[in-house]
Amino acid sequence: DSPKNKNSMIARGKNASDLFPAVVKNVACKNIEVKKLVYVYLVRYAEEQQDLALLSISTFQRGLKDPNQLIRASALRVLSSIRVTIIVPIMMLAIKEAASDMSPYVRKTAAHAIPKLHSLDPEQKDQLIEVIEKLLADKTTLVAGSVVMAFEEVCPDRIDLIHKNYRKLCNLLIDVEEWGQVVIINMLTRYARTQFLNPNVNESLLEENSEKAFYASDDEEEEDKKAEPATLAKRKPYVMDPDHRLLLRNTKPLLQSRNAAVVMAVAQLYFHLAPKAEVGIIAKALVRLMRSHSEVQYVVLQNVATMSIKRRGMFEPYLKSFYIRSTDPTQIKVLKLEVLTNLANETNISTILREFQTYIKSMDKDFVAASIQAIGRCATNIGEVRDTCLNGLVQLLSNRDELVVAESVVVIKKLLQMQPEQHSDIIKHMAKLIDNIQVPMARASILWLIGEYCEHVPKIAPDVLRKMAKSFTNEEDIVKLQIINLAAKLYLTNSKQSKLLTQYVLNLAKYDQNYDIRDRARFIRQLIVPTDKSGALSKYAKKLFLALKPAPVLESPFKDRDHFQLGSLSHLLNAKAAGYQELPNWPESAPDPSVRNVEVITLLERVTTLTSIPDWSKCSSRKDRKEKKVEKPFYSDSEGESGPTESADSGNCGGGKEKKEEAGQDQSKEASRGECREVEQSSSAEDRKRGRKAVKNQKSASESESESESSESEEESEEESEEESESDTNVRKKKTPVLKQPPKQSKKESKKETQEMSLLDLDDYEPAPASASVTPVNFLSSSLVSDLEGLSLTDTILAPTTLAPSGSIKMYELLHRIKGEGLAVEYCFSRQPFSPEPNMVAVQIQFTNNTNSETKNLHIEDPRLQSGMRIREFAEIDVLAAGESVTVVMGIDFCDSTQAANFQLCTHTRKFFVSIQPPVGELMTPAFLTENDFKKEQGERTSALSRFNTHSCPSDCSFSSKHLSFFSFYVAVSL
Amino acid sequence: MIHSLFLVNASGDIFLEKHWKSVVSRSVCDYFFEALERATEPENVPPVIPTPHHYLINVLRHRIYFVAVIQSEVPPLFVIEFLHRVVDTFQDYFGVCTEAAIKDNVVVVYELLEEMLDNGFPLATESNILKELIKPPTILRTVVNTITGSTNVGEQLPTGQLSVVPWRRTGVKYTNNEAYFDVIEEIDAIIDKSGSTITAEIQGVIDACVKLTGMPDLTLSFMNPRLLDDVSFHPCVRFKRWEAERILSFIPPDGNFRLLSYHVSSQNLVAIPVYVKHNISFREGSSQGRFELTLGPKQTMGKAVESVLVSSQLPRGVLNANLNPSQGTYTFDPVTKLLSWDVGKINPQKLPSLKGSMSLQAGASKPDENPTINIQFKIQQLAISGLKVNRLDMYGEKYKPFKGIKYMTKAGKFQVRT
Repeated sequence: DSPKNKNSMIARGKNASDLFPAVVKNVACKNIEVKKLVYVYLVRYAEEQQDLALLSISTFQRGLKDPNQLIRASALRVLSSIRVTIIVPIMMLAIKEAASDMSPYVRKTAAHAIPKLHSLDPEQKDQLIEVIEKLLADKTTLVAGSVVMAFEEVCPDRIDLIHKNYRKLCNLLIDVEEWGQVVIINMLTRYARTQFLNPNVNESLLEENSEKAFYASDDEEEEDKKAEPATLAKRKPYVMDPDHRLLLRNTKPLLQSRNAAVVMAVAQLYFHLAPKAEVGIIAKALVRLMRSHSEVQYVVLQNVATMSIKRRGMFEPYLKSFYIRSTDPTQIKVLKLEVLTNLANETNISTILREFQTYIKSMDKDFVAASIQAIGRCATNIGEVRDTCLNGLVQLLSNRDELVVAESVVVIKKLLQMQPEQHSDIIKHMAKLIDNIQVPMARASILWLIGEYCEHVPKIAPDVLRKMAKSFTNEEDIVKLQIINLAAKLYLTNSKQSKLLTQYVLNLAKYDQNYDIRDRARFIRQLIVPTDKSGALSKYAKKLFLALKPAPVLESPFKDRDHFQLGSLSHLLNAKAAGYQELPNWPESAPDPSVRNVEVITLLERVTTLTSIPDWSKCSSRKDRKEKKVEKPFYSDSEGESGPTESADSGNCGGGKEKKEEAGQDQSKEASRGECREVEQSSSAEDRKRGRKAVKNQKSASESESESESSESEEESEEESEEESESDTNVRKKKTPVLKQPPKQSKKESKKETQEMSLLDLDDYEPAPASASVTPVNFLSSSLVSDLEGLSLTDTILAPTTLAPSGSIKMYELLHRIKGEGLAVEYCFSRQPFSPEPNMVAVQIQFTNNTNSETKNLHIEDPRLQSGMRIREFAEIDVLAAGESVTVVMGIDFCDSTQAANFQLCTHTRKFFVSIQPPVGELMTPAFLTENDFKKEQGERTSALSRFNTHSCPSDCSFSSKHLSFFSFYVAVSL
Repeated sequence: MIHSLFLVNASGDIFLEKHWKSVVSRSVCDYFFEALERATEPENVPPVIPTPHHYLINVLRHRIYFVAVIQSEVPPLFVIEFLHRVVDTFQDYFGVCTEAAIKDNVVVVYELLEEMLDNGFPLATESNILKELIKPPTILRTVVNTITGSTNVGEQLPTGQLSVVPWRRTGVKYTNNEAYFDVIEEIDAIIDKSGSTITAEIQGVIDACVKLTGMPDLTLSFMNPRLLDDVSFHPCVRFKRWEAERILSFIPPDGNFRLLSYHVSSQNLVAIPVYVKHNISFREGSSQGRFELTLGPKQTMGKAVESVLVSSQLPRGVLNANLNPSQGTYTFDPVTKLLSWDVGKINPQKLPSLKGSMSLQAGASKPDENPTINIQFKIQQLAISGLKVNRLDMYGEKYKPFKGIKYMTKAGKFQVRT
């Protein structure tokens, strides 16, 4: 017999226990599958065959010592699952050992084992709490969820264990697996309720005060006076505990979880803990959950129903999400109705009622009944629509479906009770219905109505009683009671006509099978029929029966359900479930917050793994965004001023610019305008590479302008509305880093121009010190890089386009000071032409000697390069004195690839292996063009990539596009 | 937490049971059967049923009830979500989740359930980890297994559980590295009698199929991320990056997964791609009713509306329908009164219509309820919200993957009231 068979027997619920000895022998089997199946079998039957189960224990004990963490964990898992009391000490020992295991996975398993042992032998609780305390201090995400689960099962009241770990749990939360998150959030909700003050305390105090004033009696007043200063003192502005804020902040992202349970847990946390103003954010997430499976919808709607009573405003914007579809299951429909009713107010009632009208025509009769009730509730809650609702309901009385009519009768009865005087015709109408309606509740309602308002329908009432008396014996109990009531009331108001009938009914009731009815009959007879023995009460009979009755308040069944923690089983059932932990009330005064202080607040390493942004993504965009805000006024200024010259400029944007710049300082702003347009164009190149083969050159500048501008970010387009012809919806955020540069750049340039025009003069160009001349180039390349991001899928780290205010080029580290034993080497791509070899990229290398002694003979050795790549070494540096630094330039031909160039850097004592890997944006060939050449080139190139050439810079760069490729698959995927 | 699990089929038989703590007798399910009997429709069984000693939480998927037995307080959504995860896993493993499939693979099912819960608390629910632990059955593997006597259980120990990216298994290798993303949007709408939209919203998902070697780190950016109003992510997505830059940055799980589901902000007007002209009327006194239905495209952005399926629950009084479709086929089930019309593709030149008469029960009065019309359709290569993926970049690995994006718009809960 294979173990497979046995397990399928277990699965089918058959008893396979007689095979136990045979199976247990296999526990030491090598085959993993057999082993696992034996485990399953063992755990299932160990309780029944304890002695035999013990045979297997030694195998697991051996497993606990295995060097492999996974085997240790699974041994502990199975061992702790065997429900045999004799092995409790063994389990305890194993758990304790595992709790201090090196591997977090084993520790997690230990946490899982704790509740198992606790349920097997509750006497171990104290020892287990010690283990829990230890594991709670664990700093890994893997353990956190499981240990809190153990905490909840074993010692949920030991809130003091949480103090020290509170902040850690808050910080870890986002990286804990989803199931653990749910448990932790629920636990922290309870914790926060005991440790922090009510954030809505001021509002609730206000309510309290007014209540007090209302109820205050004379003797209490003195006390009140004493209490008042105290309450006033308490009303000092509420300051939220930073730990409270931490919890709210760290749970908020989890509203985006795919796991409905996590979302619900966060929602309830916010509902119970957050200040009123912040609770609103959960509505959106809850509404999203309504798209999920119907079971999820059911639970979420229950909770929304409760929340919508307290915080109606929260869900009002999502009213339409609760509209009912004919395909919804009935229970969902009813819950949605509940929510809609809760959300109804003066402003939206007309839409809601119109919606209800369609529901009444539904085929699902249970749902129709619920809709009618909902209409009734809306009518009672909102006075304005009461008459409309009543008329609508009366129309329903002629509905063909009896259930609908019956439900309407019941609801109308409740509504009429509020203002009976005006509606005697409705009562008459309903009196007629009694012949047809069979539903007991409806009949009873009609009879009650007639009895109550028999003065309004003096002619009909006795007749109804007559009919009812005839059919009395066949009625349901509830109807019979109402017949007796009707008879009594009629007897009191109109005894002439109904005396005999009443006697008859009471006689019938006297011999009824139901004791309630017999009882009622006897009681009423004594009360109303005057006899010589009748006491004082009968005088008041009329007052008793025909007292003004308060109209019923139609309340939501979800009212006050929020004293249960939302999202809990108890809340759903509206009854306390076993093991439910009450949500404590807010404390009067905050307990000492210092208990949560941990000596060293260590930032957890694991936290960073998921939440932090990887290195390559640390582009400067955020910083830039900030800068942009600062620059904006300047930018818009220049915009305004350059307005008149706009047309001239746009005619020959790129090329014309240099001329204009030469023209003088007063036009510098104009130039900046031109420049920024270029950037726009380069970014529009990105659009084109998406397959649009728009042929664009500068001659059709006006056209390109509108195109480019349409793809700008929004802020931009607002400012440029003067010339904005069309707005593309494809607003891309991506471009903002590109666009934000121009103003700054132009500012700098305009300054420089005042000092030194030669900088922009092509003919006079000389290789200038990097820091100065690089500025415009740098700006160019930054935009280039961001463009390239759109064009090429790079395997490499993209050049972080940091554009520090100084305009300096990003330095990369080649050799760290420590690794290089005091020698630090940094390099940068100077973006200068490498004069000895035009094909090479110039790399500027800076050596800094941080040692106390000289470093000699710095040179390159043994370059290991990809085929085709070449390197031109820098001249050997003979001596580098201590504390000095020196800069050299070397050339590398990267062959248009982003492969690294590896070589050895040698000093007189040591060799270091280093490599230089170029970011794509740095692979440029600087080229010098005269203005005419430039224009010519520009005209020739029509491809998207040629756009890069429109940057008019001292060293114009042409971009080698060999390795840029893109393709579109089904639909344009841009790479 | 979760004590036991019972699987109940449509005819009310328990065909599988699994206990994670001490054994709970299957008689506990009697309470469930009672509720089942009381419910008029299968989906009307309350998800949570209290019994004297236990609580039963059930979900209905693929006409199988998954009934979990709970003994003490636990968030009900926790259990419901887990049960759905179990179903998803079965579907992932066996292709379908039917009674037959579960019975055929009872050993794998048992192994899976054993790994997914420990003492009633979820242990490993990520399909990537599970697949490392227990290999999904394939025909080839079944053949090999029977010959060689080897097993479905992974030989190597699963390391995924230990990693910081628990959703991705280690050592993934592919010869063709590919990443496909399907942007699927569903329109939920209620259209009223006169053809005006009462409510319409767009819910979208991005389903991914990523088969990439090693540990790739992907970023996906949108042309118009502002469209996304409310999003929920696979745990792999770095939330902070999304908050700051509206870029999806993630280390993907291996294989199929749902990267993102989103809701398009309600401020945007939703384009409704089809319209329906209908005339369903019953005359008082006669036993005939008229039925006319015409479909037409509208706001489809030039794309064809395909796989159109119209269904409607006709009033109970209708005995039979005698209709004439201009294209496609229709069926009418006289028992359930469900009319369904498989239209296929809508040709804008020649609009599909369904006309004819319905016969009513003789002597029965005119039904006063109006049937609603449910419509399903598909539009390929269009995301109706206008959402566009801008770029997909990969970091961390050296090869160049093959990438693709597919857009599709579907009808979600699309109803026309008559």
